[in-house]
Amino acid sequence: MLLVLLVVVVLNFLMLHLAPGDIADTIAQTMGGADEQDMAELRKQYGLDQPFFIQLFNYVVRVALLDFGHSHFYNLPVFDLIMERFPATLLLVFSAQILSLFVGILLGVYAAQNPNGLSSLFVNMFSLFGYAAPVFWTGILLLIAFSLHIPIFPVSGMRDITIESGNFFVHFFDVLRHLFLPMITLASIFFAYYSRLCRASMLEVLGADFVRTAKAKGLSKKDVLLKHALKNSLSPVITFAGLSFSAVVSGAILVETVYSWPGLGTLAFNSIISRDTPVLLGILIFSTLMVTVGNLLTDLTLKALDPRIKI
Amino acid sequence: MNKHFLKTLLLTATLIFTSLGVCFAEPKKGGTLIAAVGNSPRHLNPAVQSGIVTGFPGAQLFATPIRYDNNWEPQPYLAESWEISDGGKTVRLNLVKDAVFHDGVPIKSSDVKFSLETIKKNHPFKTMFAPVVSVETPDEHTAILKLSSPHPALMLAMSSQLMAIIPEHVYGDGQDPKTHPQNSENVVGSGPFKLVEFKSGEHIILERFDDFFIDGRPYLDKMVLKIIKDPATRTIGLENGEIDFYAFENVARNIVRLKKNDNLTVTPDGYAAIGPIDWLAFNTKTGKTADVNVRRAIAYAIDRNFILKAIMLGVADEARTGIHPGSPFYEPNVEPYNLDIDKANKILDDAGYKKGSDGMRFGLTVDFGWPGLKPNAEYTKAALKKIGIDVTVRASADFPTWAKTVSNHNFDLTWDTVFNWGDPVIGVHRTYQTSNIKKGVIWSNTQQYSNPKVDAIMEKAGVENDMDKRKALYSELQKMLANDLPVYWTNTLPYHTIYSKKVGNPPMGIWATSSPMDMTYIKD
Repeated sequence: MLLVLLVVVVLNFLMLHLAPGDIADTIAQTMGGADEQDMAELRKQYGLDQPFFIQLFNYVVRVALLDFGHSHFYNLPVFDLIMERFPATLLLVFSAQILSLFVGILLGVYAAQNPNGLSSLFVNMFSLFGYAAPVFWTGILLLIAFSLHIPIFPVSGMRDITIESGNFFVHFFDVLRHLFLPMITLASIFFAYYSRLCRASMLEVLGADFVRTAKAKGLSKKDVLLKHALKNSLSPVITFAGLSFSAVVSGAILVETVYSWPGLGTLAFNSIISRDTPVLLGILIFSTLMVTVGNLLTDLTLKALDPRIKI
Repeated sequence: MNKHFLKTLLLTATLIFTSLGVCFAEPKKGGTLIAAVGNSPRHLNPAVQSGIVTGFPGAQLFATPIRYDNNWEPQPYLAESWEISDGGKTVRLNLVKDAVFHDGVPIKSSDVKFSLETIKKNHPFKTMFAPVVSVETPDEHTAILKLSSPHPALMLAMSSQLMAIIPEHVYGDGQDPKTHPQNSENVVGSGPFKLVEFKSGEHIILERFDDFFIDGRPYLDKMVLKIIKDPATRTIGLENGEIDFYAFENVARNIVRLKKNDNLTVTPDGYAAIGPIDWLAFNTKTGKTADVNVRRAIAYAIDRNFILKAIMLGVADEARTGIHPGSPFYEPNVEPYNLDIDKANKILDDAGYKKGSDGMRFGLTVDFGWPGLKPNAEYTKAALKKIGIDVTVRASADFPTWAKTVSNHNFDLTWDTVFNWGDPVIGVHRTYQTSNIKKGVIWSNTQQYSNPKVDAIMEKAGVENDMDKRKALYSELQKMLANDLPVYWTNTLPYHTIYSKKVGNPPMGIWATSSPMDMTYIKD
C-alpha cells in the first residue's frame, strides 16, 4: 500500500508539473495582472524556481512526514482544507452509493423476474438513460424541475446559512433537504450499472440447480428470490460497487460543482482551475486512500456474504 | 390640444410622480441580502489583492478615502474633504474624525500612510501610486500625499477597492501582508460591514458594523455572499428567489433569459470604471501579423455587428477603442473597421499576399483567453477564410496554459478580455507601452507593439491635470492606436447586475460591487 501511495504521489506530481503555466499565472489572473517582479516573487515564495527534482524530493519527504504543504491559492494548510471538506463529500458519496445500490438491486430483482416483460423493458430504458445522461445535465434538469418549477429543494450549498438557531432536527432536516438532489444526481449514474448487473446476475442464478431445488422443496417465491437467488447474485454487484468507488468520487466533482456542495469535489475543481498543486496532490492522495478503504470494505462485505471467500 | 398632447402630458406627469416616489422612497433598515458570487476569493484584503472577486467583499469590509458617483465625480467617504495644490503634486486628505476600525481602534492618518505604502509595495497595479514619494501626517486626521509629478489617476486610485484603509496595528506586525492570517480570518476592516465568517469555496457572511462612520448606515443587517460557480445554478437561484443579487453576469444567454423574469431587474449599469473590453490582439512583432496591412485586412473582414448580435445576443455594447465607452476619455470617432470584404482583399492583394490555387494566402493561429471567447475564435476562422486566411483555432486547457503561450509571444492572434480599472494610466497604458513589453507577463504589452509617438502621448496624458487637455490627448492616442491596430477592439464584456425587485439602491456607480453597499436596502 505504501508503494502504491509513493507511485501515486510521484506520478501525480510529474503529471501536474508537465502542464504549462503555474499558480503564479493564476494569481496574476485573479489580480488582473502582475509585473515581472511579482511573478518572480510568487514563484520563489512557492518554491517553483527550484529544479523539478528538488521540488519532487521536497514534496515526497514532506508527505512522508504527513505534511501536505500549504495551499498556494487559499494560503491555508492543505490538510486542514481537506479535512474541512471531507465530511461533506463522505456524506454525499456514501448516501449516493447506498441509494444507488438499494434502488439498483431492487430494480434488477424486479426486472429479472420477467425478463421479457414490460417491467424489464422499463428497467432497461431507465438504465440506458442513466448511462447516457451526463451527470451535470441530470443535475441541471433536476434543479429546473425541483428548485424552479416545483420549488421544494434549494439550488446550492449544504445548509441554509440564514438559519441561526433551532434544535438538532431543524439542522438535520435542512442538510437532508440540501442533500436530496445532489444525492439523486450522483446516484443516477450508478442506478443503471447496478440494476443491469443485478438483473443479469439474477437471471443466471435463477436458472441454477440450487434455485430449482429450492422451488422443488416448496419454498415461497419470496424466499426463493430473497434468501437464495439474491444472496448468491449479489457478489458481482458488490465487487463492481467497490471497483466503481473511484468513479463515484470523481463523479462527485461534477455534482458538487453543479450544486455548490462544499466538499472535496468543488475544492478539486477550484484547485485544477487555479493550479493549486499542493491541494490537488493532497486530494489525489486522499482519494487514493478513500478508494483503497472502499475496496477493503468491499472485500469484507463479500466475505460476509460468502464465507468461502478468503481475504 | 389633441390626443397626442394629452397622452404626452399624462406620461410626463406619471414619470414625474414615479421619479418623486423613487427619490423620496425611504430606505428601510434591516434585512439580509443574499448575493451570489461566481468565484471564491483567495482572501479578503484588497490592499494586496486586486480583482473583482476580492473587490466585492473587500469594498464592504474596508473603506477608501473617497468614492465615486455615477458621473465620475469624486465624493467624500473616509476623507470628508481634500485639497489638491502645488500643480497637482500635493494632495491633502482631511479624514472623518470619529471613524473607527471594526475592533474599535480609531482610524488615524498614520493608517492611511501605512495603507498607501503597503499597497504601493504589494498591489499588482504599480502605476496607481508610483508618483507618490511620501505621506506626511501632521495630525491624526490629516494625511498629505507628496508626489514627484502630477498624477490625475490618483483620485480614482483612492476609490473603490483600490485603496483599502487597513489597520496598521494589525497588518503592521511584521508579517507579510500578502499572506497575513487576518486577510481571511478575524478581518479588522474600516468599512460598513464586518466579517462574520469566510468559508472558502462556500460563503462569506458579513454583518452590519454599528460604529460605521456614516450615521445610520449601512441599512442592511447582514449580507450573505454564496459562492456558486455554476452559471446555470446561479440563474435558477435568481429565478426562484433564493438569490437576491448577482453582479458581473456575462453569459449572454443567461442575461437574455433573466430579462424576461418580472421579479428581477437586469441592468448593464455600473461597470464603466471596471471597463471590461473584448478584443482580438495581434502579434505585431513576428509572423504575418507584424504587417499592419494584414491587421487592417483582418479587422475589415471581422464583422463586429455579427459578434454583437449573434454571439453577444444584443446585450453587449460596441467598443471601437481600448478605452471603455463608459469612460469620459472614450473617443468613438476613430476608424471603425466596418465589415468590408472587398477592401480587406484589396489591402492584402496590394500588400503582395496573393491567393494560391486553393484560394488561400497564408495561415494563422487564433487562441482565446477563456471559454466564453471560444465562439469569437471560431467565428474568426470562418470570417478570415473569406479573405484567404486559413485560421487554426487553438484551445488551451486552462488559463495558465493560454497565459504561458501568449505572454511568451507564441501566438498570431488571440481573443482576450482586459479591464480598464478606472483611469487609463492604471488599465490602458499597460497594453501599448513599449516599456511594458515583458516576456512571461500576461496582460503586459504582449502584442510587443511599439510606437514612440504613442509612448510620448501616454506619458503626457498621465501627468496632465487639465481634464479637457487630457481628453484631447487620449482622443489622439485612440486615433493613432486605431490606425496602427495592435489590437482590434470589438465590444464591451456584457457585465450585468441582476437583482430582485425587493432590493433597493443596488450599487450602480462606476465601480459596481467593488464599491460599498452601505446604501442598499431590502424593501418591504
